[in-house]
Amino acid sequence: MASENGLIASGDYIKHHLQNLTYGQNPDTGVWELAHSAAEAKEMGFMAFHLDTLGVSFILGTLFLLLFYRVGQKMTADTPTGIQNFVESIIEFIDENVRGSFNGKNPMVAPLALTTFIWIVLMNTMDLVPVDWLPYLASLLGIEYLKVVPTTDPNATFGMSIGIFILIIYYSIKEKGAGGFAGELLFHPFGKMMLPFNLFLEGVNLIAKPVSLALRLFGNMYAGEMIFILIALLPFWIQWSLSLPWAIFHILIVLLQAFIFMTLVIVYMDMAHQKEH
Amino acid sequence: MNINLTMIGQLIMFAMFTWFCMKFIWPPIVAAMDERKKRIESGLIAAERGLSEHKEAQQKAQEMLNQSKDQAAEIIANAGRQASTMVEDAKDVASQEAGRIKTHAQAEIEQEANRARNELKDQVSDLVMQGVNSVLAKEVDAKVHKDMLGKLSQTL
Repeated sequence: MASENGLIASGDYIKHHLQNLTYGQNPDTGVWELAHSAAEAKEMGFMAFHLDTLGVSFILGTLFLLLFYRVGQKMTADTPTGIQNFVESIIEFIDENVRGSFNGKNPMVAPLALTTFIWIVLMNTMDLVPVDWLPYLASLLGIEYLKVVPTTDPNATFGMSIGIFILIIYYSIKEKGAGGFAGELLFHPFGKMMLPFNLFLEGVNLIAKPVSLALRLFGNMYAGEMIFILIALLPFWIQWSLSLPWAIFHILIVLLQAFIFMTLVIVYMDMAHQKEH
Repeated sequence: MNINLTMIGQLIMFAMFTWFCMKFIWPPIVAAMDERKKRIESGLIAAERGLSEHKEAQQKAQEMLNQSKDQAAEIIANAGRQASTMVEDAKDVASQEAGRIKTHAQAEIEQEANRARNELKDQVSDLVMQGVNSVLAKEVDAKVHKDMLGKLSQTL
């Protein structure tokens, strides 16, 4: 990697790995098409889809739902076996967390936490697939770009956190009434005299929830993916010495980030359901 | 890393997955787990009840055993007492009977003796009469003497 060519090559390699497969509206021609370069993708602006992010997360989410649905249909109250044990232990784990942090009454919170946790775990786990396998397979099929870890795409994490944000606002208004929710924003923590300051403080507080949720997950996974890509630049015979320890450490991050996301979702839901401040 | 419609797509997907999970996955699994919990609970309660019932039954059996033992002892004691009284009674009856038989026999013997004595007296007087008759036939007026002897025998 000493030569200038080598540096450029590795820079391109990294950029290539960080580029989503983008399908969008070409701003010049107005035609919907696949972007053939990062610049083209950028030009498409908001009117574009990351097919890889959507596709991988859809496949993973569907896998999760199918597996759990099958187990749910075959549930017996007798001695559980095999996969049912596994599913039950997850459900119990989620249920315990929800019971511990969520004090309101809402049958949606536990399934929401389950979906959040499993889906994020699965999406994060894509990080442990060696970085070149899937893009290489895709290139054989003629797909130019493929970023396999949905959670390294801020669109994915923001999509989820905006969903949570909508739920926070919906349940705040539903549980506290529009007036109660507005009062919370306007008259806390310093009373009526400091109204603008209160609004600013509580507003930041409110907005920070989805932003921090999304950025925390995205940042962790993006950094992890980045390090895998950097390790992949090394000669193949030495890669294992770094990628193996990092992968083992990354298993922790995969689960931890999913767990943090889920826990915060539960806590935010709890705050939205609390009537007294 | 551009923010675009992917975000909306992901949001919709998230909502759909959560809805599906809430509708079709969470309820049956949790219901089955709850049912198992209930079954185990009731099983434990039943086991405990069975245990206490068993203990109670054992106690009752022991009590009954003790009671019957007492009863048996009582019955045996009663029987012993009754047997001894019966033996006493039998002894009494027997001795009474013996006494009665004895007195009866004595009376009979006495009667018999009396009868024999009377008979003997008659025979002796007859014999005496015959002897006296034959001795005194010639000399003494029979009629006078007979009266005299009759008087004599009456005083005897």
